[in-house]
Amino acid sequence: MNWLSYLPSLAQGALVTAEITFVSIVIGGLLSFAAGIARVEGGRIPAFVALCYTEIFRGTSLLVQLFWLYYALPLIGLSFDPVTTGIIGLSLHAGGYGAEIVRGALLAVPQQQLEAARALNFSRRHTLFHIVLPQSLVEMMPAFGNLAIDTLKLSSLVSLISIADLTFRAQSIRNLTLDSTTVYTLTLIGYFLMALVLAAIMRLIERLVRRGAAFPKAAHA
Amino acid sequence: MMYGLAWDTSTPLAFATSILPILLIGLTVTVKAALAGFAIAIVMGLVFALLRRSRIRAVSWTTAFVVEFLRDTPLLVQLFFLYYVLPDYGVVMPAFLTGVLALGLQYSAYTSEVYRGGIDAIPRGQWEAATALNLSRLTVYRDIVIPQVVPRIVPAMGNYAVAMFKETPVLSVITILEMLGLANMIGEQTYQYLLPLTMVGLIFLLLTLICSAAIHQLERRLPKAGVPLK
Repeated sequence: MNWLSYLPSLAQGALVTAEITFVSIVIGGLLSFAAGIARVEGGRIPAFVALCYTEIFRGTSLLVQLFWLYYALPLIGLSFDPVTTGIIGLSLHAGGYGAEIVRGALLAVPQQQLEAARALNFSRRHTLFHIVLPQSLVEMMPAFGNLAIDTLKLSSLVSLISIADLTFRAQSIRNLTLDSTTVYTLTLIGYFLMALVLAAIMRLIERLVRRGAAFPKAAHA
Repeated sequence: MMYGLAWDTSTPLAFATSILPILLIGLTVTVKAALAGFAIAIVMGLVFALLRRSRIRAVSWTTAFVVEFLRDTPLLVQLFFLYYVLPDYGVVMPAFLTGVLALGLQYSAYTSEVYRGGIDAIPRGQWEAATALNLSRLTVYRDIVIPQVVPRIVPAMGNYAVAMFKETPVLSVITILEMLGLANMIGEQTYQYLLPLTMVGLIFLLLTLICSAAIHQLERRLPKAGVPLK
C-alpha cells in the first residue's frame, strides 16, 4: 500500500488530537490560575484544597489517572464518554503542573512591590490583578509553552481509552497493514509538526502578553 | 490468581490486602524500568550535550534536530515505533529492553538540555584560562567542567528521574507487567477496577512524595558553587 493512502485517516486522527489538546490546554490553563492563585492568595482552606489537588495530580501517573477515570468512575455512578474522560484527565493533569508555574511566578514578584501596594492602600484584589499578575504573566509564559507541548505529547495516551486520535489511527492502520515503519514514521512526523505549530502559537501569545504587560501609559504620567 | 497469589474478593479490605503483594511485584518492575531508563538517559544526555557543542556544524545541527524531535514526539508513539519497527529490521529484543530504551531516549533529550544549561553556566573566563594554559579538551571537561556542573544539575536530574518513574506505566502497552498492567489484569479478572487502580495511584503518590522530599533535602546539602577541586 502506498503511504499516501494512510494520510486521510491519520489526518482525521491528528484533528482529534488537536481538538483534545486545545480544549485541555484551555481548561488546564484556567485550572492552573485558579489553583495557583488559591495557593498564594486564598485563605488557609482554599490553599490546602489547591495543594491537595496539585500534589495528587502531579504525584500520580497520567495513565493511571486516565484509567481511573475511565474504568473506576463509572463504578461509582459517574460515567462520561471517552472524549470527555480524556479531556477531563488531561486538563486536570495540565492544571496540576500549571498551578505550580503560576505559584512560582506569583511568588517571584519582589516583596517591595507588595509593600508599596500596601502603603498606597491598594486592595488585595487590585494588587493581584494590576500589579502582581501582569508582571508574573510574562514570567509564566515560557513554562506554559512547555506545558502545552507536554499536553500535546501526553494526549497520545487517550488512544488507550479508545479515542480515535492520531496514535489510535496509527495503531489501527498498523494492525491492518503491518507496515510499521511507514505508519509510525508518519505519526512521529505528524506530532513533531503539531508541536512546532503549537510552540509558534505559544510564542505569539507570549509576545502579546509581553507587549500588554509593558508599563501602561498612566504609570509614566 | 496471579504469581501463585490468590485474591479474596469477599470484602474491600480483604481484596486490598490480598492484591497488595501482586502490585508490589509490579512495583519492582516499575522501579527497575525507571532506574535502567534513567541510566540510559544520564549517559545519552551527556553524549547529546557534548555532540551538540561539537565544532563541526553538521554534527551539532543533526544532534540539535534529533534532540528536538525526541522531545516533541510522544513517548507512547516512540515506544510503538521501537516495538514494532525494530523487529522488521532484524533487531529483536525483550519487551522490557525496548521499553527501557524508549524511556531512556525520550528522557536523554531532556537531560541533554540540563547538561547544556550546566555547561553554559561555566564562566567564559574559565574556558579562556584553560586555553591559555594549553589544557587538552579532555582535561578541561574532566577536571574543570564536570566537577562544577554535576552538583548544579543534580536537583534537575532528580526531578526528571521522578517524572520518568511516573511515566513507566506507559510500558504496560507493550505487554510489560508493571504495576498498572497488573492492576488492569486484576480488574479484568475480578471486574473490580476501582480498588486496584486506586491503590496503584496511591502507591505512586506516596513514592513520588518521598522522592521529591529526598531531592529537596539533597538540594540543600549540595555545595552551591560546585565540588571543590583537588
